[in-house]
Amino acid sequence: MVNLIKVGMADLQSSRHPCIITTLGLGSCVGIALYDPSRKVAGLAHIMLPSSQQARNNSNIAKFADTAIVKLVDDMISLGAVRSKIVAKLAGGAQMFSFNDASEMLRIGARNVSASKEALNMLGIPIISEDTGGNYGRTVEIHSETGKLMIKTIGHGLKEI
Amino acid sequence: MATGIDDLNNLQLDVLKEIGNIGAGNAATALAKLLNRKVDMEVPRAKILEFKDVSDTLGGAELPVVGILLKVSGDLTGNIMFILQHKAACMLVNMLMCRPLDEIHEFTEMEISALKEIGNILAGSYLSALSAMTNLKIMPSVPDLAIDMAGAILSVPAIEFGKVGDTVLYIETEFSEGSDKVVGDFFLVPDYDTYDVLLKALGVVG
Repeated sequence: MVNLIKVGMADLQSSRHPCIITTLGLGSCVGIALYDPSRKVAGLAHIMLPSSQQARNNSNIAKFADTAIVKLVDDMISLGAVRSKIVAKLAGGAQMFSFNDASEMLRIGARNVSASKEALNMLGIPIISEDTGGNYGRTVEIHSETGKLMIKTIGHGLKEI
Repeated sequence: MATGIDDLNNLQLDVLKEIGNIGAGNAATALAKLLNRKVDMEVPRAKILEFKDVSDTLGGAELPVVGILLKVSGDLTGNIMFILQHKAACMLVNMLMCRPLDEIHEFTEMEISALKEIGNILAGSYLSALSAMTNLKIMPSVPDLAIDMAGAILSVPAIEFGKVGDTVLYIETEFSEGSDKVVGDFFLVPDYDTYDVLLKALGVVG
């Protein structure tokens, strides 16, 4: 019996094998999937904003790319993951609406993606694949067996990265 | 200091909810004129939700919905979004085009344009109610429309609320024409430094 774990908006979860961790309907938010293939420990964060430094209320650490990734790595290590073996996959960061004068609000997807990459680089975690940008939503699920990340969309197909 | 939803007291919340009621009432009247039919409206429900529950508001994070977003400028800046289920959007378009109401299909360019106009009229009448009550100058932009998973569309207003707190305020309205119901949600998302402007104009600051 595979354990299906749901991650909400501004939330993060991790687990040992066997599990599937999923988050539904990523828009401008970014899903950061981490995996240690040696120990088969998987983790997924659904972040909404790039940085906890710019926010007035930063009590929810799962909401920001910088703090969520650090917490997720710590959680996975406490489940037995080895820091140097952890790899990352990214999905989401779309721009759902396309006004001409792309304001701060509308470019948030791209900013979330670059902040996530920066935070992963700081921790020395390699990004092995990504499906980011575009103008459509994504549902993602990470499988603890292989670390594959399945991405479902409406009208843009199903893929595995 | 900027005010977020989490910091509001009960009086301020009640006032914001009431604005939602009046705004949605105006929107229903506008819709009735547009469709040239009698449109009934349930009393709108103002809701405050935590992020983790947001994507389930319209029946599931993966359900296809239509989101119409307008930017707001003037004394109050921010965004207003009207979201309805794909099925409900079909029904509205069918009403407008005088076709059988239960016909569901992909939208044509013309229908998308009609939906944008519906969003424009609904959001515009909502904002003019707000403007009349507060004496603030509020101008909506041209609308933009996206059709996608509820979670993805809702992430747009949720992220804006996320900058100041951990909850989302929105107004759920149910329009009905005869026995056909159309449920839509309004999200008024003031930029985070303009909550104070709004509350002050309503006389409920601090």
